[in-house]
Amino acid sequence: MSRIQACFEQLNTDGRKALIPFITAGDPNRDVTVPVMHAMVAAGADIIELGVPFSDPMADGPVIQKACERALEAGTSLHDVLAMVTEFRRQNEDTPVVLMGYLNPVEAMGYETFADACVSAGVDGVLLVDLPPEECEQVVPRFRQRGVDLIFLVAPTTTDERIRRIGEAASGYLYYVSLKGVTGAASLNVEEVAARVETIRNLAQLPIGVGFGIKDAASAQAVSRVADGVVVGSALVNQIAANAGQTDAIAPAVSAVLAEMRSAMDE
Amino acid sequence: MTERPDYKAFPDQRGHFGQFGGRFVSETLMAALDELETMYRRLKDDPQFQADFDYDLAHYVGRPSPLYLAERWSEQLGGARVWLKREDLNHTGAHKVNNTIGQALLARHMGKKRVIAETGAGQHGVASATVAARLGLECHVFMGEEDIRRQRLNVYRMKLLGAEVIPVTSGSRTLKDAMNEAMRDWVTNVDDTFYIIGTVAGPHPYPMLVRDFQSVIGREAREQSLKQAGKLPDALVACVGGGSNAIGLFHPFLEDEGVAMYGVEAAGDGVDTGRHAAPLNAGRPGVLHGNRTYLMEDENGQIIETHSVSAGLDYPGVGPEHSWLKDIGRVNYVAADDQEALAAFRELTRVEGIMPALESAHALAYARKLAPTMGADQNLIVNLSGRGDKDILTVADIDGIEF
Ligand SMILES: Cc1ncc(COP(=O)(O)O)c(C=O)c1O
Repeated sequence: MSRIQACFEQLNTDGRKALIPFITAGDPNRDVTVPVMHAMVAAGADIIELGVPFSDPMADGPVIQKACERALEAGTSLHDVLAMVTEFRRQNEDTPVVLMGYLNPVEAMGYETFADACVSAGVDGVLLVDLPPEECEQVVPRFRQRGVDLIFLVAPTTTDERIRRIGEAASGYLYYVSLKGVTGAASLNVEEVAARVETIRNLAQLPIGVGFGIKDAASAQAVSRVADGVVVGSALVNQIAANAGQTDAIAPAVSAVLAEMRSAMDE
Repeated sequence: MTERPDYKAFPDQRGHFGQFGGRFVSETLMAALDELETMYRRLKDDPQFQADFDYDLAHYVGRPSPLYLAERWSEQLGGARVWLKREDLNHTGAHKVNNTIGQALLARHMGKKRVIAETGAGQHGVASATVAARLGLECHVFMGEEDIRRQRLNVYRMKLLGAEVIPVTSGSRTLKDAMNEAMRDWVTNVDDTFYIIGTVAGPHPYPMLVRDFQSVIGREAREQSLKQAGKLPDALVACVGGGSNAIGLFHPFLEDEGVAMYGVEAAGDGVDTGRHAAPLNAGRPGVLHGNRTYLMEDENGQIIETHSVSAGLDYPGVGPEHSWLKDIGRVNYVAADDQEALAAFRELTRVEGIMPALESAHALAYARKLAPTMGADQNLIVNLSGRGDKDILTVADIDGIEF
C-alpha cells in the first residue's frame, strides 16, 4: 500500500480529513524548505505538496509566480527539490510528499531518471499540471512500476467521460480544482464544490482533495465537510513572501495559519 | 529523408506532428480546446464558412497580396530572381490579419463576446483589435512591458481601436510571458472568452487552424509563381518567430519536392553567444505553452530569455510543425543576426523603396546570401511578412536619433 493510500485510510478510520499544504520548494532559499515541511507536519499537515519551481507557471496566479521567481533566483532545480525530500525523509518516514509542477523540468531530466529519483528520495506522488491523461502514456507505466502515485487535476469544466478516464490513469487521490481560474484566485463556492465532488465520487474510486480558493480556517472547514482533503497553497505562500526578509519567521507564520485550519477542520 | 510523408495528414487526430505538438494544458482548458476543435473541424469543410473567410480576405484585407519581382535588388545580388510576397500590403500591415480574420469568424460562430490575444511586436495585437472593432467584440491584449516600450506606436494603435492593452510584468516581460498571462486569463474567463493565438504555437488545435488560415499566402504564391514566372519557385525563404508566416508560405508547397525551403530564426547577437531566439538552431525538444517543440531552455528545463532586435521573433519556442519539418529534413532552419537584419532592412528600403518589418528583414538577410548562390534562371520567393513602419523608432534609436 502506498503512503498516500495508507494516509487516507488512517484518516478515514479516525474520521478526519486530510490537510494538504502546498509550498514552493526553495522559496525564498533552499535552506528554508525542509524545516518548514517539518513545522507544517507538527501543525497538522497530513500530506505535503512541494512545488517544483518553473520559469513559466501558466496555471498559477501572481502569488505562486513570485514564489517560483524567488526559488529560481535562489538557484533551485528539480535535483535540489529531490534532495530536499531525501533530507526530509531522514526525520519523517510517514508523511506523504507529492511533487507538483510543470512537465518541462521533468522532460529535461528524463522520465526514467526522474521516476527512479522519486523512489530513492521518498517522493510518493507526482502532479504535473500540464500533463493531461491524453498525453501521459509514456509516463504512467514508469510511475506505476515503481509505486509512485500520479495525481491528476479535475476541473469544473471536466466532462463525465473525462473524469472516468482521469480516474483510470490516476492513483493516490484526485485534485479537484474548485474554480475556473489560477491559483490564489477569488473565493470558491462551497455548494458548487459539494455537488461536483458528489459527481466525481460516482465516476472515480479515489479520495478527492479540493484546492484553489481556500484562504482561511472557515473555507478549509467548509470544504473539509464535503471532500476528503483540503489543499491550501497561496495562503501559505503569502506568509513566506511576507517573511522572505527574515526567514526565521517563516515556519511559525506558516504553522499558525495551518494550525487554525486544522482545528477548524477537526471541530 | 527516407520516405515522403503525407504532409496533409498532419497533425494526427490528437494534434501530433510526429513527436511534436499535442495538448499539454491544465485540465480546466481541455473542454474549451475540445469545443474549439469540434467547431473548427465542422466549419473548415463548410462552404459558407470558407466563402465568408475568402470574402473578408478579399474585401477587408485586400487579398490577393502581390508577388512582386524585386528587379533592382535581384540585379544587385547577382543570382536568382528574387520575388517578394507582399504581406506588408495587407490591411494592418502584416500577415497576422489572415489568422485573426479566421479566428474572429470562429469566435462569432461560438457566440463568444470577448476576445483576448498575446502580442510581441504588436502586429498580432493590432490585427486582433482590428477584427474585434469590426465585430463589436471586447478585446484585451496582453503585452510584455519590455515590448510595450519597444513597440509604443502599435500600443497606441490598439488603444485607438478600442482594445485594452494589459502590461505583463512577470518573467522576461516579452512575448512568452504575454502568452502565459493570456492563458491565465483564458482559464479564468473560459465561458465567454475566445483566445486568438497569434502564431502556429499553443495547444492543439491552434497550430493546425492558424496554419490553415495562413496557408492562403502559399496558395496564392504558388499560383502567382506559375503565372508570373511560368514555373514553381526554386526556393522559399521566411522568418520564423512562432512560425505562422513561414508555415503559411511553405505548407502549400511541401509536396513540391523541387522547392527548397528556408526558415530564418533570429540569431540576436549571434547563435554562439547564447543571446538569440533560435530554438530550431540551438535548442532542444521540451514542452511549453501547450505543445512539445524545440525550446530554448537551460539544463534544468527552465525556459531562458531570448534576444532579438525584433520583438516579433523574440520567443523561446516555435510552432511544433516546424520542429517536425526540421527533424524529417523537409525545411532548412537557418538564422540571421541583428546586424544582418538591420542591414537588409536598410538595403531593401533604399533599393526597392519598400521598408520591411524587422522580422521580415531576417528573411531578407538570408535571401541576400542565398540568391547569389543560385542561377539567373532560378526564382526565390521571400515572404515579406510585414511593413516596417512600426520599427522606425527602434531603428532611429539605433541610429541615435531622437524625436
Ligand atoms: C511582420 C511580422 N513577421 C513575422 C512575425 C513572427 O511571427 P510568425 O513567425 O508567427 O510569422 C511577426 C510577429 O509579430 C510579425 O509582426
